[in-house]
Amino acid sequence: MKISPEEVAKVAKLSRLDLPQDKLELFAGQLGDILDYMDKLGELDTESVEPMYSPVKHTTVLRKDEVKKEYTRDDVLSNAPEQDGQFFIVPRIV
Amino acid sequence: MSELYTKTLTEIAEQLQSGAVTSAEAVKNCLGRIETTEPQVKALITVLGEDALKQAEAMDADGPDASRPLWGVPIVLKDLLAAKGTKTTCASKILENFVPFYDATAVVKLKEAGAIIIGKANMDEFAMGSTTENSAFMTTRNPWDNERVPGGSSGGSGATVAAGQCFGALGTDTGGSIRTPASFCGIVGLKPTYGRISRFGLIAYGSSLDQIGPMARSVEDAARMLQVMAGYDPKDSTSVDVDVPDYLAALGRENLDGVKIGLPKEYWGEGLDEEVEVALKAAIAKAEQLGATMVPLSLSLTDYAIATYYIIAMAEASSNLSRFDGVRFGHRNKDAEELIDMYTSSRTEGFGDEVQRRIIMGTYVLSSGYYDAYYNKAAKVRRLLREDFEKAFEQCDLIAGPVLPTVAPKVEDEMTPLQMYLIDIFTVSANLAGIPGMSLPVGLGKDSGMPVGLQLMGPAFSEADMLSVAECLEKNLEPMPLAQL
Repeated sequence: MKISPEEVAKVAKLSRLDLPQDKLELFAGQLGDILDYMDKLGELDTESVEPMYSPVKHTTVLRKDEVKKEYTRDDVLSNAPEQDGQFFIVPRIV
Repeated sequence: MSELYTKTLTEIAEQLQSGAVTSAEAVKNCLGRIETTEPQVKALITVLGEDALKQAEAMDADGPDASRPLWGVPIVLKDLLAAKGTKTTCASKILENFVPFYDATAVVKLKEAGAIIIGKANMDEFAMGSTTENSAFMTTRNPWDNERVPGGSSGGSGATVAAGQCFGALGTDTGGSIRTPASFCGIVGLKPTYGRISRFGLIAYGSSLDQIGPMARSVEDAARMLQVMAGYDPKDSTSVDVDVPDYLAALGRENLDGVKIGLPKEYWGEGLDEEVEVALKAAIAKAEQLGATMVPLSLSLTDYAIATYYIIAMAEASSNLSRFDGVRFGHRNKDAEELIDMYTSSRTEGFGDEVQRRIIMGTYVLSSGYYDAYYNKAAKVRRLLREDFEKAFEQCDLIAGPVLPTVAPKVEDEMTPLQMYLIDIFTVSANLAGIPGMSLPVGLGKDSGMPVGLQLMGPAFSEADMLSVAECLEKNLEPMPLAQL
């Protein structure tokens, strides 16, 4: 399957990545090869097969309804690139 | 004292418990070995020398504790396992300075058992790769031959164990990332059943595939580590609440009478390097001599496993890696004036090429118009692959085959991304099906002199049987020497 650098740029934008033109062209060629290979799954008839998303059943684990403070605010903010001791700081949105 | 590092985890644990060796001696010996070998091997991103030594001295002051099976044993963690107060980078610039304020459950359990964490191992960035060349920091070298790769993505964990820098290490396996470096480095690597060990605190790549497991110098060592880490964890919704058997009690069998080993024709055919085939067939012949019965069978969907695996893994990766946005942790571009621009520039600067490629690929296969053709199709084939295994296990107890078609390639052997993905042909199926798999070193290739690993796979939660068969075979094969460095 052929995939163009423009299509790669579109998907990269959705992924919040900004790639230079040479990398878009390189990825377009590589992704085309990979998708060609993946297309072999089309050989299999899976019409009546139920998809399997995980090898186990995911259970919803509920802890006891008790107020609990496992981590401090300082812990949670400790890796923030920018914070004011209370909140994460980010650039303006509009 | 100077050769403590040559001992297995089991041997050193016994000596520590008896008081013949102090924990500080064990730690110092490993640190000395790290100092000697690390310039060549480059297995570790972080060495916790001072902290580890302080901890060992404090433990020595209290004396050995028989209730803690890994008391005083130096262990290394793959650098995607959260360890409180210790840098956890995933070998990525985006997490270069990330210091978790909590421990992964597997790490909690190791610490409770008395293990001392002495380092964090290099890896392919976010566990994406099969050679440990995709680290943002350095390329780890194979201790057997520094011109060769150690395998990946747990290549640092494999190399550190093979170089005698520690007595065991943790790896993670999404599509073979424990078994591949174990095979290339001549050690034992076990990927347990999905759900057997909690994934809490593991920085996720492919959530429905990732599993933590032990890498060590003997089957018994791997069993000891698994025993400590296995079990249900309410913090992980994918953890399975089933009893943990006594893995050590299962060891010690004298022969393989009554054991049926399946040999899938798809694993033993064309494409297997001759020296790998020779070493593996000798191990199979030994298993037969020990009483095992070989059962020829077919895993007819093997050819579809790679495509299925990479669609699912990349889709999950694109979702998991969306959390790296520069807001709460990780690298942030300082010049961005607006929020979306900050996300984009931070991620573009922080992620390496292979990670970017997989994020884009994953986003593509999940996008509107392609979801059914790729992701949903792969999820359906995944079920067929699991059914293929279930049918196979009606005929045999375990499946045996190669881990990889070749011994470790040289660092300069350049591969395209697709060529790199294709070398995982024998390992990815176990992750898709969620079943356990392990690599057992069975000898050296006659041309290259490099280690060859035999892969064993079994039904879900059959680790005890797998370990017992592997240990019996291990005892009856030529002992695998330590890599000469």
